[in-house]
Amino acid sequence: MPIRPILSSLRRHKVAVWLLVLEIALTCAIICNAIFMIGNRLHRMHMPSGVDEHALVQIKLAAIAPIPDIYAQAREDLAVLRGVPGAQAVALTNQIPFQTSSSNVSIRTSPSQAHTILSASSYFGEDLPQTMGMRVVAGRDLRPDEFVDAGIVVKDLATGETKGLPAVLLVTQALAQRLWPGQNPLGKLVYVTPTLGLRVVGVLAHLARANPYNDAVAQYSVIMPLFMGAGRDQSYIIRTRPQDRERVLKAAVAALKKANPERVVIEQRTFDQVRQKYFANDRAMAGILVGVIVALLIVTALGIVGLASFWVGQRRRSIGIRRAVGATRGDILRYFLTENFLLASIGIALGMVLAYGINLFLMTRYELPRLPAIYFPVGAIALWAIGQLAVLGPALRAAAVPPVVATRSV
Amino acid sequence: MLAYYLDLALRSLKRNKVLTALMVLAIAVGIGASMTTLTVVHVLSGDPLPGRSAHIFFPQVDPTPASWGRASHPLEMMDERSALDLWSAHRADRQALIVQSPVKVSAPGVDHAPLMLSMQSTTSDFFPMFDVPFAYGAPWTSADDQGRARVAVISADLNDRLFDGGDSVGKTIRIRGSDVRIVGVLKPWRPSPMFYDPEGSVDGNMTSKGNYGRPEDVFMPFSASLEVNDGHFFQYTCWGQPTSPGHLEHSPCLWVALWVELDSPSKVAAYRAFLGDYARQQKAMGRFAQTDTRMLDLMQWLRFEQVVPSDVTLQMWLAFAFLAICLFNTVGLLLAKFLRRSGEIGVRRALGASRREIFTQCLIEAGLIGFIGGAGGWLLSLLGLWLVRRQQAPYADLVHMDVAMFVVTFALSIAVSLLAGALPAMRASRITPALQLKTL
Repeated sequence: MPIRPILSSLRRHKVAVWLLVLEIALTCAIICNAIFMIGNRLHRMHMPSGVDEHALVQIKLAAIAPIPDIYAQAREDLAVLRGVPGAQAVALTNQIPFQTSSSNVSIRTSPSQAHTILSASSYFGEDLPQTMGMRVVAGRDLRPDEFVDAGIVVKDLATGETKGLPAVLLVTQALAQRLWPGQNPLGKLVYVTPTLGLRVVGVLAHLARANPYNDAVAQYSVIMPLFMGAGRDQSYIIRTRPQDRERVLKAAVAALKKANPERVVIEQRTFDQVRQKYFANDRAMAGILVGVIVALLIVTALGIVGLASFWVGQRRRSIGIRRAVGATRGDILRYFLTENFLLASIGIALGMVLAYGINLFLMTRYELPRLPAIYFPVGAIALWAIGQLAVLGPALRAAAVPPVVATRSV
Repeated sequence: MLAYYLDLALRSLKRNKVLTALMVLAIAVGIGASMTTLTVVHVLSGDPLPGRSAHIFFPQVDPTPASWGRASHPLEMMDERSALDLWSAHRADRQALIVQSPVKVSAPGVDHAPLMLSMQSTTSDFFPMFDVPFAYGAPWTSADDQGRARVAVISADLNDRLFDGGDSVGKTIRIRGSDVRIVGVLKPWRPSPMFYDPEGSVDGNMTSKGNYGRPEDVFMPFSASLEVNDGHFFQYTCWGQPTSPGHLEHSPCLWVALWVELDSPSKVAAYRAFLGDYARQQKAMGRFAQTDTRMLDLMQWLRFEQVVPSDVTLQMWLAFAFLAICLFNTVGLLLAKFLRRSGEIGVRRALGASRREIFTQCLIEAGLIGFIGGAGGWLLSLLGLWLVRRQQAPYADLVHMDVAMFVVTFALSIAVSLLAGALPAMRASRITPALQLKTL
């Protein structure tokens, strides 16, 4: 297909050509960035929690009347939950991944450091790895005899007593890598206050923070051997077969209320619901972006249809002449398709530059990562395809122009 | 003349229905998308205290000791001692301490299960300072603040739930086992954003309701509430371990915030100096390690805390880009439309119409398209806002289109279409009569 006649014909409609090119460029730039942002959201929504999500349910209670001994109450509750048919393992924890608030500890690697290095999400509770399905990749889990009631720790820290304090903890791989790059973390000391150093006895593959607001620090978590007792902020976690979750949840709540009727349930849900809720905003944003892309492609396609129809109408006579001097319908069709392909290509080339610029803006303003090159061809192919589809209608109408038009109204 | 042009424009729009529909659709979609997000931003970034916010300030000091060793910047809250020192100095026109905590509430003689609610521990200035509307009764007095009076102000919602919305002033509620007398009942009050609660901020923890949550249901004098709800307070950050959890008086924790009202620039300057003096004095005493202070006014504070979610502003940028594309589209389509009528325009020019008249007529046609597109855009943005309200966002129920945004919808739509129409109209008005007449 000779391109030169197309170009010289386009030169006579500069304004319309540039409008179309700019529209395609802008669409291309926005689509590249929007697809990229969708990718980011989807990636974030699949952030690993480190726990066996489909097997867990959570129950949170608040006491209406004061509980005389929260530790005894918690142990009683755990025993009650172990008796629930279908409950495979049971634990009491202060927090779980993907809630909106979190309990954190500031960490030093030596007591003499003036500044804490980072803050890690602190999980407390017996049997957490085993119940929640976390993988211990080095060392061992915390032993029952290493656990201390939280009240004792609070009292000891306030009075300066050290005998009853916990001595060991578990860290995640990501945290160990950050604190001691390239070294074996087992046996290393983590200072949670300038005076309290805990020895690393085990390393977890993954455990997301309770509020993993930022990908880079999302896996900075520790488990410390504290037993929290029954209280408003503590959750009972039950491990069960995925298909039993609803039934076990209902039975467990009933059993807990029966054991101590003076309590109200403030949360009862499966872990899948926890993840669902935490990432609801990301899901909504990804949905909006998909909507934007679709609407943009439709608007751009409509614009191409409109302009192409106008051109075809304007050039009916010249098309007729070309047909009269021997051009086939296929030639005419190909002419318009090629013309659109050329315009789309110029628009896409401009759009790439623009996409890069928008990405730079988003990087500085919204801390988005750099746009990977893979998104450019994706956007380009989408626009070429939409352009060819949009121009097909008008082009077919052009091809249908009979040669006899050439003889009319000259 | 205008009526004639409008008539011409209507005829022209009717003549080429597909092209007209495409243009109207393009503008409607662009306006709908941008007005939906603009309305969300408008609602979320609104001034919760219009006319007063410039006088409301959030003073901050950094009470952390050297041993804690954190990057030196004032955190959102203060320890109790600093907050009380600043508050009892009475250097501001009005001042309010702020602490939230969960409470269990019941009412003697009312057949209702105990409720787990959120309580605001504050001081009497809170209500006049933040323009809180009362349905019944009045705030407690500053004597009640000092005297640890067991009094409370309750929300309209709680009043509805416990007392069926009647005048419950003088009645008693039980808070964690203590009897508290109701002195005031609020009218429905929903400040947006939820500006006074620093725990709703970006790195807030524990009981954070976010920036668009609802105010608390129970308000009590600060000192009395510490007794009534002892053991149930949350620390924001601690540099040491509190001796008994939930009991934060004299604890090494940040958990109290302070708001002040300063009615003149000189008072603001004086308060800033006072705040700096206080921090330096505390450092000299060895209690503070840093002397940093910060005092932002209400709107500065909301911006500092990045209250408007970044997702929302991102959506706004997207929507405007969208509008730009629709604009390009409309320019192209209008160009096609006007130039297709070259013959007609040639005739009118030959019959004596000036270029200006042709230009005006073309712009009126573009404006008409903008108006119709604006109506479509308005409907689409109502649909868009309905979709936003169905999201799980905490601000979802706040998002409605007000009169201002309704006006903006049409103004923006007509402005955009006139802008889009300018170039094609210029081209159309340059059509030479003779050339066109020849081909007829």
